[in-house]
Amino acid sequence: VAGRAEKPNTARGDDAPWLTLIMREAMEAWLFMSPTLAGFLIFFVGPLVAVIWYSLTEWNLLSQQSVFVGLDNYHDALFRNPDFWFVVRNSVIFAIGLVPLNMALALSLALALSGRFPGVVIFRTIFFAPVVTSAVAWAIVWKFLLQGEAGFVNQMLALIGIAGPNWLREPDWAMAAVIVTRVIKMVGLNMILYIAALQAIPADYGAAARLEGASGWQIFRLVVWPLLGPTTLVIMVITTIGSFKVFDHIYQMTGGGPENGTLVLAFYIYQQGFQFFDVGYASALAMIMFVIVMLLTIIQLTLRRRDT
Amino acid sequence: VSAWLTRRRTRILYRACWTVALAVVAVPFIFPFLWMVSSGFKNSAEIFGAPSLVPREWQWWNFVEVFNYQPFARQYFNSLYIALTVTALTLLFSSLAGYALARMRFAGAALIGLFLISAMMVPEEVTIIPNFFLIRWAGLVDTHWPLILLPVFGPQGIMATFLMRQYFLVLPKELEEAGKMDGLSRLGLWWRIALPMSRPALAAVAIITFLNSWNLFLEPLIFVSSLDKFTLPLALSNFTDPYGAPLWHLQLAATSLDVLPVLIVYVIAQRHIIESFALSGVKG
Repeated sequence: VAGRAEKPNTARGDDAPWLTLIMREAMEAWLFMSPTLAGFLIFFVGPLVAVIWYSLTEWNLLSQQSVFVGLDNYHDALFRNPDFWFVVRNSVIFAIGLVPLNMALALSLALALSGRFPGVVIFRTIFFAPVVTSAVAWAIVWKFLLQGEAGFVNQMLALIGIAGPNWLREPDWAMAAVIVTRVIKMVGLNMILYIAALQAIPADYGAAARLEGASGWQIFRLVVWPLLGPTTLVIMVITTIGSFKVFDHIYQMTGGGPENGTLVLAFYIYQQGFQFFDVGYASALAMIMFVIVMLLTIIQLTLRRRDT
Repeated sequence: VSAWLTRRRTRILYRACWTVALAVVAVPFIFPFLWMVSSGFKNSAEIFGAPSLVPREWQWWNFVEVFNYQPFARQYFNSLYIALTVTALTLLFSSLAGYALARMRFAGAALIGLFLISAMMVPEEVTIIPNFFLIRWAGLVDTHWPLILLPVFGPQGIMATFLMRQYFLVLPKELEEAGKMDGLSRLGLWWRIALPMSRPALAAVAIITFLNSWNLFLEPLIFVSSLDKFTLPLALSNFTDPYGAPLWHLQLAATSLDVLPVLIVYVIAQRHIIESFALSGVKG
């Protein structure tokens, strides 16, 4: 007891090195992180602040000067420029077409390929192959396959008596073509996430349910599907955000056309900023995209926290 | 016995139907690659003729013409060295930062983690306009610097940092303690203990970073304008006639040269590559 009472006094001498040890560790940690943090500040935080500022200004190309215009650019986008809502409509159609198709196909493929049977690895390899391929290459090949009359797809359709449309020259078909080819390109990624989740489900769950007399569909609906919940949520948010980012695929396949039928938000930002040099307006668009993605991310993080 | 035989037979039949169905679904996944290579060997007339997977006349010349039409060898080299540089830098910086976030105690670690994780999801399109002015101000337009710096420090690099952090978090403490006893410095602990034990995470970061850089499109499109500074994704669609219409036989030959090496490595190492993507997909 006496020793303990004395400790505050004697510990004084030990205090200093103990403190410096902590400080030393902290200093080393900051050193370790310094390249990443410096880059983060220069190429992310700075530009993010700058884009907010740009979005409140109007650039004059001739005089190379910017004038503060308040929320004019946002007002332009939301209320004056009909292009904006047309582009948002395209992005939403793209997402609504892509996300359910991608997820349904990913889950079906995962259910088919999560087990072990001869050839399963070959099939997984095939379905995942487009994921490692460049979007530009994938789009070039599909653009070639989907040409008007001479295109391979239409030549095949002609064999069974169907006159295929000029896929990439008609707005609605172009949108459908871009969605479907994008799904084929990316579905492998969600497939392996689902396979990983399926393989994490203990085999005796299914066996127990079968002993109780459950059918295959009932096992899926009552046992497997609820257990896949967290994975489904993550996949849904990641795929939705991904669908808002799509640029290279559309740039190569349709160039945003025809009649702006595939002009989505990411493409519109590029077009306004780097083709029309409307920096203020493009920055406002970028901020709107930022808000959309942040909302989706926050939804994902809160839902996931509630789950775990 | 006959009942067992019929059951066995129906099972085999069932399996066969299943495999055929999967094979049909697989067609749009694998056929584009076959058609790409096949068309790369066709001459410009046959390419629009009656479809045939095997070229009637093998036009090897396409693969030479690809290199004559524009500085394709140079562009290929650009893509390769940029991807390797980006991968090396990302491995270095992400493992250092990830190590600090996972294994070292300091005030603000949680806050920095939160900042980084929210930045990870932000598309490049959001910050690309200010980054363009930054790069222009630094006099680096039409150089390869932005194609290296932006991916290393952008969302890609941050994702890599998180992947490394998640992996470092679960490494056993004992080895580090032993290393400290042996008098290893912090840098020594990172280099001699943490890194050798994290090969799967390092491999995952390397594979994904390399592929991302190899396939990068927006940054080259915005920053690079000289032909001999192009990377492959820019060069591929650049095989056009004077009116801008694509010269398909050259585009597809060039695209084959872009895609096939990646696919070959992928088929050889498919298990590791698929695992790497799974690892990064379920990131914290």
